[in-house]
Amino acid sequence: MSSEEQAENSVTRLPWPEQFKALAEQSKSPILKAYYESGCVSPETPLSEVPFVALDFETTGLDANQHSIVSIGLVPFTLDGIQLGKARHWIVRPKLPLHQTSITIHGITHSDIDQAPDLNDILKDLFASLNGRIPVVHYRNIERSFFDVALQWRLGEGIRFPLIDTMAIEAHLHPDRNPSRWQQLLGKKPVSIRLADSRLRYGLPHYAAHNALIDAVATAELLQAQVLHHFSRDTRVADLWL
Amino acid sequence: MQAELVDIRNHMAQYPPFDEMAEELLDRVVGDIEIVYFKAGSQILELGDPSSWLYYVRSGAVEIYRRTGELYNRISEGEVFGQFGLLMNRKVRFPAKALEDVLLYKIPYDTFQYLWENDDNFADFVEIEDRSRLRSAVSRREKSNQLMTSKVTRLIAREPVSAPHTVRLQEAARIMTENGVSALLLMDEEGEKPLLKGIITDRDLRTRALSEALASETPISEIMSEDLITIRSNMFIFEAMLTMLHNNVHHLPVMDRDEVRGVIALSDIVKYESQSSLYLVSNIYHQQDVKGLKKISLDVRDSFVRMVNEDANSHMIGSAMAGIGRSFTQRLLALGEEKLGPPPVPYCFMALGSMARDEQLVVTDQDNAMILDDSFVPEEHDEYFLALAKFVSDGLAECGYTYCTGDIMATNQKWRQPLRVWKDYFTDWIDNPKAEALLNSNIFFDLDGIYGETDFAEQLKTLVADKASNSQRFLAMLARNALNRTPPIGFFRTFVLEEDGKHQKTFNLKRRGTAPLSDLIRVHALACGSRAQNSFERLKAIGNTKLLLDDDLGNLRDALEFISIVRIRHQALAIEADRQPDNNVRPEDLSPFERSHLKDAFQVVSGAQKFLKFRYHAGVARNV
Repeated sequence: MSSEEQAENSVTRLPWPEQFKALAEQSKSPILKAYYESGCVSPETPLSEVPFVALDFETTGLDANQHSIVSIGLVPFTLDGIQLGKARHWIVRPKLPLHQTSITIHGITHSDIDQAPDLNDILKDLFASLNGRIPVVHYRNIERSFFDVALQWRLGEGIRFPLIDTMAIEAHLHPDRNPSRWQQLLGKKPVSIRLADSRLRYGLPHYAAHNALIDAVATAELLQAQVLHHFSRDTRVADLWL
Repeated sequence: MQAELVDIRNHMAQYPPFDEMAEELLDRVVGDIEIVYFKAGSQILELGDPSSWLYYVRSGAVEIYRRTGELYNRISEGEVFGQFGLLMNRKVRFPAKALEDVLLYKIPYDTFQYLWENDDNFADFVEIEDRSRLRSAVSRREKSNQLMTSKVTRLIAREPVSAPHTVRLQEAARIMTENGVSALLLMDEEGEKPLLKGIITDRDLRTRALSEALASETPISEIMSEDLITIRSNMFIFEAMLTMLHNNVHHLPVMDRDEVRGVIALSDIVKYESQSSLYLVSNIYHQQDVKGLKKISLDVRDSFVRMVNEDANSHMIGSAMAGIGRSFTQRLLALGEEKLGPPPVPYCFMALGSMARDEQLVVTDQDNAMILDDSFVPEEHDEYFLALAKFVSDGLAECGYTYCTGDIMATNQKWRQPLRVWKDYFTDWIDNPKAEALLNSNIFFDLDGIYGETDFAEQLKTLVADKASNSQRFLAMLARNALNRTPPIGFFRTFVLEEDGKHQKTFNLKRRGTAPLSDLIRVHALACGSRAQNSFERLKAIGNTKLLLDDDLGNLRDALEFISIVRIRHQALAIEADRQPDNNVRPEDLSPFERSHLKDAFQVVSGAQKFLKFRYHAGVARNV
C-alpha cells in the first residue's frame, strides 16, 4: 500500500463530519473545497433536523466508466416539506453518444442534447443546491459513481459524500423479496423495490411523467413516508446514511 | 415552476378553485408549494396551532374536526383545507387528522394572500362562508331564467281596457272586440276613484253567455267573475305564473295598491317563455273522460323535464306539478259529478301533503280527503260520496298518481267526514298530542281545499292556525317528530358520510333533505299562527313574526331550494334516460358543484334542527 493510499484510507475511515474537514484541507478544486467546507451534519442529528436534497441522474447507461449523465434533477427538502420552489433541473451534454434506448426512457432528444451545456458549466449552480445537505437517492450506485467519475474527469478529483438510499431501505425492509422457485410455487410473490413500486406500498401517487426532477421529488416523498412508517423523526441520521 | 413539475400542476388544474386559475398563476403556486407526507392516524393540525399553510390533498384522505371534537368533514384527493385559520386569526380553527396515508401540497400563507387578492374565483372559493356560497349557487341558477328575474309589469303592453260594471252584455262584447282584448275589467265607478269590481273574459262569454243563450241586454254584473285574484305590480313573472296555476285562472289584473296597471294573460307568459305546463293545465279541462286524461298525463313528465331544462326554480316546478295534479283532480271531480249527478250535500275536496304545499314532483302518490257539509247523513249520502271518491281516486291512479299506501284518501271512510268531525280531529291532534299519532297525521297539517266548498278547508286552516300556536305540547311533539330524519354530514369519495363516520352507497334526497326541511318549517309556521302551506310562503310568514333571524330564513330558503333542485334534476335525468325517476341518489352521480353545495345545505338543515330542538324543548331525537 502506497503512502498516498494509506493517507486516503485514514481519511475515508473518519466519521463524515471529520472526513469533510479533512477533504476540505486536501481538495485542490475550489468548488469541491467549498462543498466540503459547507460541512456535514453530525451523525447524531435527528432526521427531523437534517437538511436533505433529493437527487436523481438520468444516464445513457448503467456503467459510470462507459456511460454519461444526461440530466440532473434535485429538490431540497426536510421531513416537513419538499421545497418545489428550490427544485432544479438540467440537461447536460454527455461525453458519449446517446443510446437509442435511453432516449425512449428519458424523453430527451438529440436536439435537446445539442443545445445543452457541459456538466462543467452548471457545477456552480449544482453545488449551490448540494452544499450543507445530505443527498437522498433511489439506488446509490448511479448517483454516487457517476458523479464521482464525472468530477474526476472534469476537476481531476472525485467526490465523497454520505447519502441516504431509499432503495437500500426498501431492500432492508424486504430481505426475502426474491422468493425461491419453491416459495413461488407456494404462492409467494416477489417484492419489487423499484421507485414506482416502492411508492405504491406507502399510498404515494403515481407520476405519469419521467424526468430527473419528478423522480427526485418522488424519492423525497418516499423517504418521508419510509421514516414515518419504519423509523421516527428522532432516528439518528447515522442509522440511515451510507 | 420548473417545467418538469407539470405533473403536479396538471393534477391541481383538475380541481376547484385551481381549475379556473390562469396558467401562469397556477405555475407560480406550484413553485411555492412544499410537499409533505402524513401517516394514517397522525395529527396534521392541532386546534389553536399557528396556521401558515393552505393544504391541498394530493392523495389519501383527511378528517376535519370541530373544536368540540365532532367530525366536521372528510376530504380526499383534490380538496383543500386549512383556509379558515388563514382567513381568521392565523390559528387553526378546525383540527385535521390523516385518515389514510396522505400526501399534501402546502401552499404558504403569502401565496394564499396573493391569490386571495388577485383571483376573485379563488377568493370566493376559500373565503365565503358556506352559507353565502349556497346563496350564490342558488341565485346564479335563478338569474339564468328570465321568468324569475323579470317583473310582471314587463308583460303589460297596453293600458287596461275597462268599462263600468253596469254595462250590458252586448256592449261589453263590443268593447272587447273593438280593443282586441280577451278580458275586460269591470269597474265600480260610484266612489271617488273607480274600483276593480270584476272581470269578464272571452271564455266567460262563450261558457256563461252564448251557451246559455243569454239576452244581449243582460247586465254584465250577472255573469262577471268577482272577488278577483290579482297580482301586485312588483312581483316576478314566475309568481304570476304560480298564481295562475294555483287558481286556474288565465287572466290576472296587475295592481298598484288599488289601482289597476294592466292585465296579463296566460298567453303573455307563454309567449315570454315556452312553459308548456300552463298549456297542459288548460288541456286537462278540455278532456271529456278518464281515457283522455290518461293520455294527457303522459305529457306531464315531458313538461317537468322541459321546466328543469329551462332552469325554472323548485318553487315554480313544484307549483306547476301541483297545479297539474290539482287540475287532474278537479277535472275528475267534475266528470264524476256528471256521471253520478249533483252532490246531495255540499262538500269540499281537499289535497294534502306535497300537493297542498305546492311542492309536488313527478314521483308522487295521491293524498286527499273530503270534508262534507254538516247536514251529511251517512245512510242517505255516503254511497254517493264513496262512489265519487272512488271515481277520482281510480282516475288519479290511471293518470300516474299511485294510491296512497297509508290509505290517506277520500275513499277511506275515516277521511270522508263532515266538517264538525274534521274539527274534532284537528282539536284532538292539537290538544292531546301523541308522538306516534302525530307522525301519521303530520300530512293533514299541509291542506288545501281544491274543489267544491273550499271554505270548509279554510275553516280548518283557521282552526289550526289559532290553536297550534298556543299548544306548546303539540309543538314540542311535532318538533320531536321533525327531528326523526337527519341529513348526512357530507360526501367522501363515492360515499355518503354519516355523522358517526359510517359510509353509505346511496341516500334518499327526500327523506334526508327536503322532508326534514319542510317538517321543521311547518313547526315554526304553526308556532307563529301562519295559514300558509307552501314552505317558501311559510318562511316568509315566519320572517314577519321575527321568530327566526333573516339570515337563518335566507339560509333555510337557499337550502330548500338547492336540495329540491338537485332532487328535481336527478329525476329529470332519469326520465331523459328512460329510467324510472326516484329519490335515491348516489354521490358519484352528483357534480362536484352539487356535492359541495349539498354539503353546505345539509349543514343548514342540521343547524336548523338543533335550533328546533332547543326552541320547542323537543328532547332527544330518535335515529332514522
